Amino acid sequence: MSLLDSIINGISLGSIYAIIALGYTMVYGIAKMLNFAHGDVIMVGAYVCFFAATRFGLNPLVSVLIAMVVCTLLGITIEKLAYAPLRSAPSLAVLITAIGVSYFLQNLALLLWSPNPKVFPNFFKKIADDGSELTGINLFGGSLRISYVTLVTILVCVVIMVALTVFINNGKLGKAMRACSEDKDTARLMGINVNTTISVTFAIGSGLAAIAGVLLCSAYPTLVPTTGSMPGIKAFTAAVFGGIGSVPGALLGGLTLGVIEILAKAYISTQLSDAVVFAVLIIVLLVKPSGLLGRKINEKV
Amino acid sequence: MALLEVNYINVYYGAIHAIKGISFYVNEGEIVTLIGANGAGKSTTLKTISGIMHPATGNIVFDGKDLHGVPAHKIVSMGLAQVPEGRRVFLNMTVEENLEMGAYTQPNGTISSSLEDVYERFPRLKERRRQIAGTLSGGEQQMLAMGRALMSRPKLMMLDEPSMGLAPILVQQIFDIIKELHASGSTILLVEQNAQKALSIADRGYVLETGNIVTTGTGQELLNSDSIKKAYLGG
Repeated sequence: MSLLDSIINGISLGSIYAIIALGYTMVYGIAKMLNFAHGDVIMVGAYVCFFAATRFGLNPLVSVLIAMVVCTLLGITIEKLAYAPLRSAPSLAVLITAIGVSYFLQNLALLLWSPNPKVFPNFFKKIADDGSELTGINLFGGSLRISYVTLVTILVCVVIMVALTVFINNGKLGKAMRACSEDKDTARLMGINVNTTISVTFAIGSGLAAIAGVLLCSAYPTLVPTTGSMPGIKAFTAAVFGGIGSVPGALLGGLTLGVIEILAKAYISTQLSDAVVFAVLIIVLLVKPSGLLGRKINEKV
Repeated sequence: MALLEVNYINVYYGAIHAIKGISFYVNEGEIVTLIGANGAGKSTTLKTISGIMHPATGNIVFDGKDLHGVPAHKIVSMGLAQVPEGRRVFLNMTVEENLEMGAYTQPNGTISSSLEDVYERFPRLKERRRQIAGTLSGGEQQMLAMGRALMSRPKLMMLDEPSMGLAPILVQQIFDIIKELHASGSTILLVEQNAQKALSIADRGYVLETGNIVTTGTGQELLNSDSIKKAYLGG
């Protein structure tokens, strides 16, 4: 059962990567920029949820909602202050700005919340009849154990993917986002406010980052100011792997990456797991440079 | 009063003085054409009217309102639609989604009747409504771009080089459609390199040369003018 165990854990980790990758891929699709501060928004979300739940003793769901609101506002603020003034600047300038914002957020977190690790509470448990705490379910007479965190993570990922796909394919704003991602000047000629659309994209990506932060810290409960950076880079890799700009690509890339990482940890080596992940990325990009589901736009002249 | 009045606008691309103080007007119900060679400033003029570019000096009055400081995305809801150069349909969206984008500023209740009108005018688009626009032929994409502009029920429709890159038979078809639109009451500002065709359907025309208007007259006058014949109509 250990293989099945690993695959389920991989899907769960991959679900978190996928939710984070959505933020990268949507922002890239519309603003054509890599928002490297996205990983740190996750960390901020996790801290906000942590303090709301532990210091203020709020209900877990309310804490998550507060974290989402804070991250959404943070995402919009970052975009307006740091990226919007650079809308027509060379992409390298924007990239460096994004790295700057990332360091700014990490150091702000160091200042506000100190480098001492916080132990993130486990929201996903219930008290059994005999008074003991249950954190998961046992299947096959105890040979396969799945924690509630794992189940909730996978479920949340599915719900987000379905909701976002419906929104982008059928919603008026979703269609406007697709139009902006293809051709901003023409979108303006249609009456679409491109700046607002970009803000909405940042808002959605950052709100989702808060959820990802809570799920990540529920599964791996050590919270420090750099908590978001490695998962952020992995999720960025997942977005490229699946085809950056593509929402289904973010899901496929995230899940694939998560499963490979956990399998590599279980069967190859814990230290080498990241190397294996990135080796697979390189191979995929050599064979299909636009990523698994990335598409080339066919232009007719 | 004219529906569109352009007064002494100067437009720059960085240091390049692209439009040098031109003025012209379009009355309601007219087809007016701007002709001229590549680089004369025709497209720049249209982009400036639709708010994608901004004049350094001079002003543009549409339907009695000064467009100064009005952002591009607000201009379409005032009744001014543009069919951009090179068609610029959203290639990864379906035909119907492209048309819906054209009606982005319209109230939801009116979209289905606008769609019906466009499908009636372009039955080809109706057949392909679920198809991705990138799979359409060049002529079909031009029809889609025109249909998309019509979705906003514009008072003035600006067409930028609608015949560019199309086979001669399709060029004729596109000009027939423009004539039909005019006959059904649309006001049209047409930018073309195909001066012969454009002048033959236009009420009035302006000839642009390196950012200046050098001649103006009715379509027939310009078609018969010796200097125009020599410069734009191949002798």
